[in-house]
Amino acid sequence: MSITRRRYPLSIIFSVIGSVLLLFTVFTLLNMVARQILFDFGGLIDAATDSFVLESIGLTLYASLLSTIFTVLFGTPLAYVLARHDFRGKSLIEAVVDVPIIIPHSVAGIALYVLLMSRSPLGSVFANIGIVFEDHLAGIVAAMAFVSASLYINAARDGFQSVDPRLERVARTLGANQWEAFSRVTMPLAVKSLLSGAILSWARGISEFGAVVIIAFYPMIAPVLIYYRFTTMGLKGSQPIAVMLIIICLTVFLLLRLYSERWRRN
Amino acid sequence: MITFKDVSHDWGTFRLRDVSFTVDEGEYFVILGPTGAGKTLILETIAGFYTPNSGEILLRGKECSDVMPEHRNVGFVYQDYALFPHMTVEENIRFGLEIREIPEQEADKRVESLLEMLNIVGLRGRYPRNLSGGEQQRAAIARALVIEPDILLLDEPLSALDTRTREALREELKRIHRAQGTTTVHVTHDQTEALLLADRVAVIIDGEMAQIGSPQEVFNTPSSVMVADFLGVDNVIKGNIIENVDGVACVEFNGYRLYATSTLSSGEVYAFLRPENIILSKAPIETSARNVLKSTVENVTQLGSIYQIHLDTGLSAVVTHQSVEELELKPGTEIYASFKATAVHLIKH
Repeated sequence: MSITRRRYPLSIIFSVIGSVLLLFTVFTLLNMVARQILFDFGGLIDAATDSFVLESIGLTLYASLLSTIFTVLFGTPLAYVLARHDFRGKSLIEAVVDVPIIIPHSVAGIALYVLLMSRSPLGSVFANIGIVFEDHLAGIVAAMAFVSASLYINAARDGFQSVDPRLERVARTLGANQWEAFSRVTMPLAVKSLLSGAILSWARGISEFGAVVIIAFYPMIAPVLIYYRFTTMGLKGSQPIAVMLIIICLTVFLLLRLYSERWRRN
Repeated sequence: MITFKDVSHDWGTFRLRDVSFTVDEGEYFVILGPTGAGKTLILETIAGFYTPNSGEILLRGKECSDVMPEHRNVGFVYQDYALFPHMTVEENIRFGLEIREIPEQEADKRVESLLEMLNIVGLRGRYPRNLSGGEQQRAAIARALVIEPDILLLDEPLSALDTRTREALREELKRIHRAQGTTTVHVTHDQTEALLLADRVAVIIDGEMAQIGSPQEVFNTPSSVMVADFLGVDNVIKGNIIENVDGVACVEFNGYRLYATSTLSSGEVYAFLRPENIILSKAPIETSARNVLKSTVENVTQLGSIYQIHLDTGLSAVVTHQSVEELELKPGTEIYASFKATAVHLIKH
């Protein structure tokens, strides 16, 4: 006799209700991709061979990668401190980390622009050493980092928190200094969380439009290009790029996900 | 080796108040206290993770508040082992040697001898998640000993284990201590552990040092109501089994004999007997109790509403105020102490 799990009516009702949102996401994206392939495959080929489009997508992936590297470098120590120490004002700092999630991204863009434009005090300091933000790669990276850092910091903090602090203490008694305990015990155990946080932050960077478009309309990252084509050429000009971006992003994330899953299991 | 001088510290959840004690070189020192009484924090302070608010801690005779944990040369074993989950048993044990850059030949030698000593040679390539609690604890002990620590700190090392494994590892700890002679501080809430392992026991209650002494002193003559309360005022008698007839062992102690139901038939034992199971009478009474010992009262102590009667046999009984009056219990009174063989619990020493 086999044992079957009992199904409860409420679980079934909840599953049905819950699937509405899933379908909403999947159907929206699938619908666009399918329409493009079925009704205007030529347009997709045109976009895929348009060097301007390809460069724009490349720039998007690259800029977001730089933003992620920046975030990892500065976010990892912050996440560690938040995970390991209790101090006055900690919840304030945690709130600050989360602020970019709740403010409109156009607002973030304007704030960044005001801070970093060449006419501003800080912007002119950077300009003197050759870093210009307005309509430059640096501006794109700054905008992406601003909106995506919290995702990485929160994931990394959770990762560090999941490592028992006593493991570090044991390492210390065995002769490891603080850095050795961190790098040989805590880091290897938290690295999976750091990695998935980094992937998330990269993805968030790629998808950013509002903040980027204000500080750097040029060079055009893919979301800006799509908006530009939509306003000047309508659906016909914008949809193929959107479909390409979706396909490329999904493929990359799927591969990264699979890779990190396999890595996790080993 | 370790000296606490009037150490006070406030952790918020737990406070140490003017705790002083000294652990001698090579000693097996047990800190006994109720669960959740901050015993772990005491060990972590010895290991260097906290600097006390006031008072002094001396290691090897030197004040050590400036010495970082990694320079204290202490081995630490946590209750739930805290093995590095991303390393095999062997890598866990090797960690301290690699960090200290011990030459490979010497490292190999130490690792092999510890794997053998703790009987975990076959587990060297396994990850902690694939080990039982007892196996993990052996690995954790090996990891702590491999650095040849001056001091071994054991934080409730046996309490997460099932009874059989606990007994086996308890014997192991004793054997290791005899073989290596490492100064050991073991914190526990388990009285049996304290009794069987300790050279000396310190009872810490509510952050204060309540009593310190040999296990027998502490168990037989609790210094305060608080200690007696925590220990459950047991009679603990050390003796030798002479014979066992039909499941009743005859134990000789302090020149007296008592009978106890037990499967043990020889060797040194501890006999546990709760004082309330002893009946005192002026004359031998008709009773089914196997044990009737003619004794002399040495001492009468008031413990709250009851009285503890210390007898020359080494046993003590508890009685009410009324019994003290009726039996005229005072030092020198001759009295008969009766108790059943089933009331005595024997544990092999």
